[in-house]
Amino acid sequence: MCLALPGQILSIDHDDDPLTRKGRIQFGGVVKEASLACVPEAGIGDYVIVHAGFAISRLDEEEAEATLREFAALSRLQDDKSAGADLHAPRPKGGVHG
Amino acid sequence: MKYVDEFRDAATVQALAERIAQSATRNWTLMEVCGGQTHAIVKHGLDRLLPPSLTLIHGPGCPVCVTPQHVIDQALSLAQRPEVIFCSFGDMLRVPGSHTDLQSIKAQGGDVRMVYSPVDAVTLARQNPGREVVFFAVGFETTAPATALAARQARALNLDNFSLLVAHVCVPPALQALLSTPDNRMQGLLAAGHVCAVMGYWEYQPIVESFHVPIVVTGFEPVDILRGVLACVEELERGEATVVNAYARAVTREGNVPAQQLLKEVFEPVDLAWRGLGTIPLSGLGLAPSYRRFDAAERFETAGLVSSESALCRSGEVLTGRLDPRQCPAFGKECTPDTPLGATMVSSEGACAAYYRYRHGQ
Repeated sequence: MCLALPGQILSIDHDDDPLTRKGRIQFGGVVKEASLACVPEAGIGDYVIVHAGFAISRLDEEEAEATLREFAALSRLQDDKSAGADLHAPRPKGGVHG
Repeated sequence: MKYVDEFRDAATVQALAERIAQSATRNWTLMEVCGGQTHAIVKHGLDRLLPPSLTLIHGPGCPVCVTPQHVIDQALSLAQRPEVIFCSFGDMLRVPGSHTDLQSIKAQGGDVRMVYSPVDAVTLARQNPGREVVFFAVGFETTAPATALAARQARALNLDNFSLLVAHVCVPPALQALLSTPDNRMQGLLAAGHVCAVMGYWEYQPIVESFHVPIVVTGFEPVDILRGVLACVEELERGEATVVNAYARAVTREGNVPAQQLLKEVFEPVDLAWRGLGTIPLSGLGLAPSYRRFDAAERFETAGLVSSESALCRSGEVLTGRLDPRQCPAFGKECTPDTPLGATMVSSEGACAAYYRYRHGQ
C-alpha cells in the first residue's frame, strides 16, 4: 500500500488553489492525474513521487544522480576486486533467510 | 521508466551484494519494516543474494494486515447497507472478516467500489447526492495525507453524504512496541522510505538512542533495498546506531511539511489496536474534532458486531517477525490466496502472499 512511483509533471491545473492543485503525471508510457497539493515547489518537468493519486514528495534529481554515480563507482570497485585473486571463487551460497 | 529502471540494474545489485558479503563479519538480524519491501525482497530473490550470516525478518508494514478484525467487520457491515457506496483500495477487497469479505458483498449486490485515491470517493459523493459514500481509510503515514486532503475537500464542498472509516496507523510507535518485546531479535531496521517521504526521519532519533538499533531509511527498488542493507550492516559492524538516509532522492530529514500540516489539521493521535501487537498508545490517527462529522463510525450504528478469527491463522506472529510464513502449518494448505485465513495471505504487502506468490512449490 506504500507503493509509490516517480513520474514527471506534464501540466498543472488549479495552480492557484492549494486544495485542488493537481497535475497530469507521466509514468513511463502511462499518464495519470495526481494531487499536487502538498508539493507546492514542484513545477512542470519536475519528477514527483505519487502514492494513491497524491504526490508525497518532489524527487531530488541531484540526489538521484549522485546515488547513481556512487553505484557506478561501487560497481567498478567490485569489478576490480573480482578481476583479482578470487575471480573463480564460489560465491557464498545464500540460504533462504526468512 | 526514469528513476525506476536504474535502481533495478542487475550489475549494481550484484556489486552491492558482494560489498555486503565483504562487510558482514558477524551474524546480524535486520527487519525491513514495510511489506512493499518484503515483496520486493522475495520477488527479486534479494535474500538469496545475502550471505548466510544475515537474516532478514519481515515487519508489520502492511496496513491492511495490521487492521484488527473488528474494524474489518465494521467495514463489511457498512458495505452491506443499501444506502452506502463503499469505497476501498483494491488491497482490502479479499481480506477475510469474521463471516465474509468485500468482494463477496460486491458479488451479492453490495455497492463496493475500488478507488485509486481517496479523492475519487469525494467525487463519487458529489455525483451521488442521494447515497452515502464511505471511504475505508487504511494506510500508514504515506496514505494518510491523501485521506486528509479528501476530508478537507469534503468540508470545503460541505458534503453531508461523505464519511471516512479511519484505520490509519503510524510507524514509530509500532517500532517502539516491537523493540520493547522481550523476544525482540532485530538488531537493525530498514525504515519504510515512503512513510519517511511524508514524515521525514527526525522521529527515529529518539528510537535509535533508546534502543541502540540503527535505522536506515530505505527505498523499494532492489538496488535501494540492498543499499539500505549495506548501510545497516556497516552501522552494526562499527557498533554504531544512528539514523541513516539511504533514500535521499525522495526523503529529507524534515519530510513533507505541508503534508504533515494537513495531517495535523485533520487528524489527532489515538490509541489503536494492531493485529499481532495489541493496543499501542497514540499509534493511530483519528479524526480531529472539527472533522468528526465525517466519521463513519459515528454516523452509522455498528455496535453489536461480534468478531471472530481463524484459530489456525498465525498472522499476528508473521506481522511481528516471529514466524516465517512457511513455518505456519496452514500455509499453502488450509490457507491459500483463494481461501485466505488472514489478510497477510491476500494483501499485496502481506508476507504470506509474497512467499505464496514467488516461492511456493520451489
